Amino acid sequence: MATALKVNGKTHQVDLPDDVPLLWVLRDEVGLTGTKFGCGVAACGACTVHIDGEAVRSCQVALSDVWGDVTTIEGLGSPDAMATIQKAWVDNQVAQCGYCQSGQIMQAASLLAENPSPTDEDIDDAMQGNLCRCGTYPRIRAAIHDAAAKLKEA
Amino acid sequence: MGRIGKIVRRTFLIGSAAIVGGVAFGAYYISRPAANPLKPREGETALSPFVLIDQQGVTLFAPRAEMGQGVMTTWAALIAEELDVELDDIRVLHGPAAAAYYNHALMGESLPNKGYDVSDFQHNLGEALGVLGRTLSLQVTGGSTSMKDGFERMRMAGATARETLKQAAAEQLGLDRDQLKTESGAVVAPDGTRIPYTELAEAAGQIEPPEVTLRDPSEWHLIGKSLPRVDIPGKSTGTAEFGIDVRPEGLKFASVRMNPRLGGQMNGFDASAAETMPGVEKIVDLGTGVAVIANNTWLAIQAVEAIDVDWGEAPYPPETDALFEQIAKAFDDAPNSTMRDDGDVDVMPEGATEITADYTVPYLAHATMEPMNATALYTGDKLDLWCGNQAPTLIQMRVANTADLETEAVEIHTTYLGGGFGRRGELDFGEIATKIAMAMPGTPVQTTWSREEDMRHDFYRPGAMARMRGAVKDGKPVMIDGKVASQSPTHQAVERVTGFAGGGPDKVLVEGFFNQPYAVPNYRMSGHVADLAVPVGFWRSVGNSHNGFFHETFLDEMALAAGRDPLEFRLELATTEHAPTAGCLQAVKEMSGWTGKTPDGVGRGVALAYSFGTPVAQVIEVVDDDGTIRINKAWIACDVGLALDPATVEAQMIGGMIYGLSAAAHGEITFADGEVEQYNFPDYDALRMHNTPVTEVRILETNKHLGGVGEPGTPPSMPALGNALFDLTGERARSLPLNKHFNLQV
Repeated sequence: MATALKVNGKTHQVDLPDDVPLLWVLRDEVGLTGTKFGCGVAACGACTVHIDGEAVRSCQVALSDVWGDVTTIEGLGSPDAMATIQKAWVDNQVAQCGYCQSGQIMQAASLLAENPSPTDEDIDDAMQGNLCRCGTYPRIRAAIHDAAAKLKEA
Repeated sequence: MGRIGKIVRRTFLIGSAAIVGGVAFGAYYISRPAANPLKPREGETALSPFVLIDQQGVTLFAPRAEMGQGVMTTWAALIAEELDVELDDIRVLHGPAAAAYYNHALMGESLPNKGYDVSDFQHNLGEALGVLGRTLSLQVTGGSTSMKDGFERMRMAGATARETLKQAAAEQLGLDRDQLKTESGAVVAPDGTRIPYTELAEAAGQIEPPEVTLRDPSEWHLIGKSLPRVDIPGKSTGTAEFGIDVRPEGLKFASVRMNPRLGGQMNGFDASAAETMPGVEKIVDLGTGVAVIANNTWLAIQAVEAIDVDWGEAPYPPETDALFEQIAKAFDDAPNSTMRDDGDVDVMPEGATEITADYTVPYLAHATMEPMNATALYTGDKLDLWCGNQAPTLIQMRVANTADLETEAVEIHTTYLGGGFGRRGELDFGEIATKIAMAMPGTPVQTTWSREEDMRHDFYRPGAMARMRGAVKDGKPVMIDGKVASQSPTHQAVERVTGFAGGGPDKVLVEGFFNQPYAVPNYRMSGHVADLAVPVGFWRSVGNSHNGFFHETFLDEMALAAGRDPLEFRLELATTEHAPTAGCLQAVKEMSGWTGKTPDGVGRGVALAYSFGTPVAQVIEVVDDDGTIRINKAWIACDVGLALDPATVEAQMIGGMIYGLSAAAHGEITFADGEVEQYNFPDYDALRMHNTPVTEVRILETNKHLGGVGEPGTPPSMPALGNALFDLTGERARSLPLNKHFNLQV
């Protein structure tokens, strides 16, 4: 039996078992591949999405437990119409391999929504669940400060 | 009919070929056409294009794997520098697997010289040896070679294209070619008339490419600048396509389990529980493992884990301690190589103080962020394979063999790589995906490994040991006699690729050991190969990754024994041997304000490593926060000869250091009952936002040759951290990881 799921403003009827994690519903059923699989155990943050604005690890949320509207990296902005935070990621040339960056951006977006002026310590606290094997952390930090400044101007 | 220009310097042949509505410029395979990704029609000549121009626009090919090192952008910039196109206005594609995209710099690295002392003669010989790369069809991204390989050839490709387009315009306008200029994708006549390249492309396809000369560096406007990377907008919006994101029509999803006793047999399995699980479409017997094809990756992972498998024994001693006993035994055998043997280490100089130390480092996993995966579509007479990979021609040959097809019947589609670090130069993930897809002909199947499967089925950085003996006298080192022992990734890789056992002196095993730019009169460095069947492979910086720790920790111990400041001690040794290396040490000394003294609760360590043609010095600072030790700051200086893109060099230096610090602090792969004991990131963690040091990088450009940048940041990081911890605590750690010795912040 199908489960209704609202992703990036669009409702999908999903015909998968209840216990399939949201990550794999998004990637293999809805066709939104911007959200990445890294570990499956909430240890790397690559699968981070928003549910009703809150950053969650989509590998840990079963389909039947999704409690609100889902926003993925694709819902944040597109290459032709980037969100401020995505633009900051480009301006600061953050990505290397880029695989973890969808999750990093979703986590950072939720930080900025809660805290428009994060300190370095706030960034450490909010971002330490997001792993990057390329070591882009210094530029992630710079991009978050940059996005915070630009969001205040807007 | 294609046209081959004159042989333009050494061995490169940049020619052109007419294509439908345009022209392609690229490399010919020696003097005969290589298997051609352009698939020309009958009567046309094939070439592997670097530049393709038609009515739709200009496309540049960067046939090196983009794994975050910015290669697409820098490679395209080399072409654009001569071609006069804007990077915003063109497309950059990876291009297919093709023999003519061989990596001639990688073969040059095999020469038995130290690197830093290379003469111009040897340098030219190295480039000439690069021709061998073609014979082996070595289209490989690795060894920090991409820019060394592309630097001249790509500018030549751009210049050839530019002059041919100008010739086409000259003929159209009734002018001489040298009356014309080019800018922003157009030829410009003296009267200001602009003809876009797209309009000249078809005519250019009919013209013999003229001989060209490269522009003087003073005219460069792209090389040496930090350019916006072409792959970053896609990677910031979730639209960049990695191997795991490929979605051909009708795709099915699979997952796999191979014997966790690596290389062991499978005695049998019972899949009855898995067969009835939701989403399952097929169970596949791989002979040495099992797979499940399903309608969802997660359902496939659940089902494959529900299969009850009887695994055979490991073909190696099953416990970590027993493996290291085997490695230690290799010291008893004659050395595999002694690539440095200066003076006489058997005679202790009179009045010298002898010091000895033994070191051990563990096996390490690559742990790329994107777990291993590949997507295959097998139709019986053709195979398409999509994956991020570091060696498309090698993987093409391997999977053709797997599917019993001609190489030409296999098309490799290389996507972005969610991390490589050497792991994606292996061929296993492509081979496994091919076997699984062959069980469902006509249907594309994506095989994704769970993180646990990825972590436990790597080609590991081998565990390694060193026995060091040295002597100091009057504050100077007068003797170093070092032995390193480990498995040989090179020998194993040769066997995996060719089917024949690799042998001979392994230079890679002793890189960073025998070739460090220090003037020590009696200096002998030997490598011993341990014969073990644990799968080992190339891990970012390869032999340098363990040898950097051995050499530079020992040098610190020697400095202490000599009563010298460790930075000054190194500086003195490097100054007479290799000025760029001394320059790097001097730079970190200035940047960090090094005085040799640190306040209570603060420790600093320095290390230097010369690898892939680039010397890198690092100073690491650690701080004791109420009993927990934090990596606080880092200073890096490198001399790359010429920084093609400074922002990319900086990113690679920091990234390489963090990769090394992660391993030094936490990284360890251990074995029990023949199986790897680490499953996922909680068991094999890395540095994160909060424990990454604040880092400053200085890029120097005095080195005579273009050096690599992707790997040289890794080797000095591990000893620099160990040396800093010694400075802080007085405890010398002679094994890694360091969290076994110190209470490091996690």
